[in-house]
Parts: sequence; structure tokens; C-alpha cells
Amino acid sequence: MATNPDSIPPDGRPYHEQPQCRNDFPIDWPQDELVARRDFTKFLILTSFAFAVGQAWIVFENWSRKRRGRPPIQKIARVDEIPIGVMRVFSYPEPHDNCILVRTASDRFLAYNQKCTHLGCAVTMAEKGLHCPCHNGWFDLATGAPTAGPPRRPLERITLEIRDGVLYATGVA
Amino acid sequence: MKKAFSRQQKMTIVFGILSIVLIIVILQLWLLTATMNAFLGHEESVVVPALIASLVCFALNAGLLRYIYLMERR
Repeated sequence: MATNPDSIPPDGRPYHEQPQCRNDFPIDWPQDELVARRDFTKFLILTSFAFAVGQAWIVFENWSRKRRGRPPIQKIARVDEIPIGVMRVFSYPEPHDNCILVRTASDRFLAYNQKCTHLGCAVTMAEKGLHCPCHNGWFDLATGAPTAGPPRRPLERITLEIRDGVLYATGVA
Repeated sequence: MKKAFSRQQKMTIVFGILSIVLIIVILQLWLLTATMNAFLGHEESVVVPALIASLVCFALNAGLLRYIYLMERR
């Protein structure tokens, strides 16, 4: 029989009314609560450490992005091969980075990374601008800024240059 | 010599510390998501200050945990 006054069964009834198992294995509930909360605090501090490591990882990724420098200049197509008002897809700066190129006027070209800034779906050209079909996100064709739907950041702009009638991608703005 | 805390007092202290730690961890979570958003948007100026702030939060949490262990030893 437990005699410790701190060992209180959960329903508060005296020990002689408790099941045998509780008499055989008494639990000091206040102590158990103290230990449980202390351990939960330890777990939260481990989480806090994980968040600090996450911040350090962002700093590292930022540093490595700066270290890579500007991407190389890459030929896209000849200017006369691109019709006005038609979207064309090309890869820049890496082969898996799809970008879209739109010729809005005879002397005006716009290029953006095709990855939606919400959850990374591929955006396409529509009548009202650039459209992400996954969650109905919309971007302004002229600036790449989000105009409707869940995206909050503008599309990555690809800087372009025309040399001798050939269109080149020169960097990511 | 300092008088040892009773179990009831310890419980109150642990509860208080737990509440503070919880608030700090939520703050760190917000900081991480905001920094990630800024990083993806090529806004680099906030990255290092956010790391410093997060490390300060972690140091504060670790200090509170140390206090709990010191209290247990009394």
C-alpha cells in the first residue's frame, strides 16, 4: 500500500478503492507531471535549435548563391524566329530551369522563370497575363508581379539582350 | 545556503519557463518562414540579422533549460 501523501491516484479515490494494479505499481503523479513538463521543455529547446540551424542553412545557401555569381550568357533564338504574342519556353541558366519568353511588340521581349512563386507549378500565358493553373495565380505580363491568387512574390525576371539580330539571356534579375 | 523549492513551487517555475520557451519557439518559426520568403525573393539583407536573432532566441532558451536543471539539483 502506498503511503506517500503526494501519490494521488488520478480519480482522487483512496487506494483501497483503486484497482490492484495501481496498488502494485503506484505512480507519483505530481512528480510525473513535473518530469513530463520538463521533458516537453527540453523537446521545445531542441526544436529551437533546429530552427536556428535552419536559419544558418539559409545563410549558407545565400552565400553559395552569391559565390556562383552571374549565370553565363546564353543564346535563345534569332529575333525573326519569334512571332509577336506567342509564348516560347527555353532553359536558363540550368537545363532544368524552364523559362518563358514573350514578344509583346516588335522591339519588346519579356522573359521570366516559369516556376510559380507560390508552389512551383509552371505558369503559362493567358489573355489577362501569366497564369498558374494549379491554384489560379495570376501575374502581370509586363512586370511579373502577382496580381491575383495565392502568389506573393513576383516571377524571377530573365534579363535579355539583342546582338546582331540574336536574342540572348544575360542573367536573372 | 538557499532553501530548496517545494515540488509545487518547482511545478510553477517549470510552467512559467515552458510558456516563455513556447513563445520564443513560435517567434523563431515565424522568423524562419519570413527569412525563407525573403531569401526566395532575392531579398538578402535580412538573412544574417535573422540568423543572429534566431541564435539569441536559442541561447535564451538554453539558458532557461539550464536554470531548470540547476533548480532540480537544489
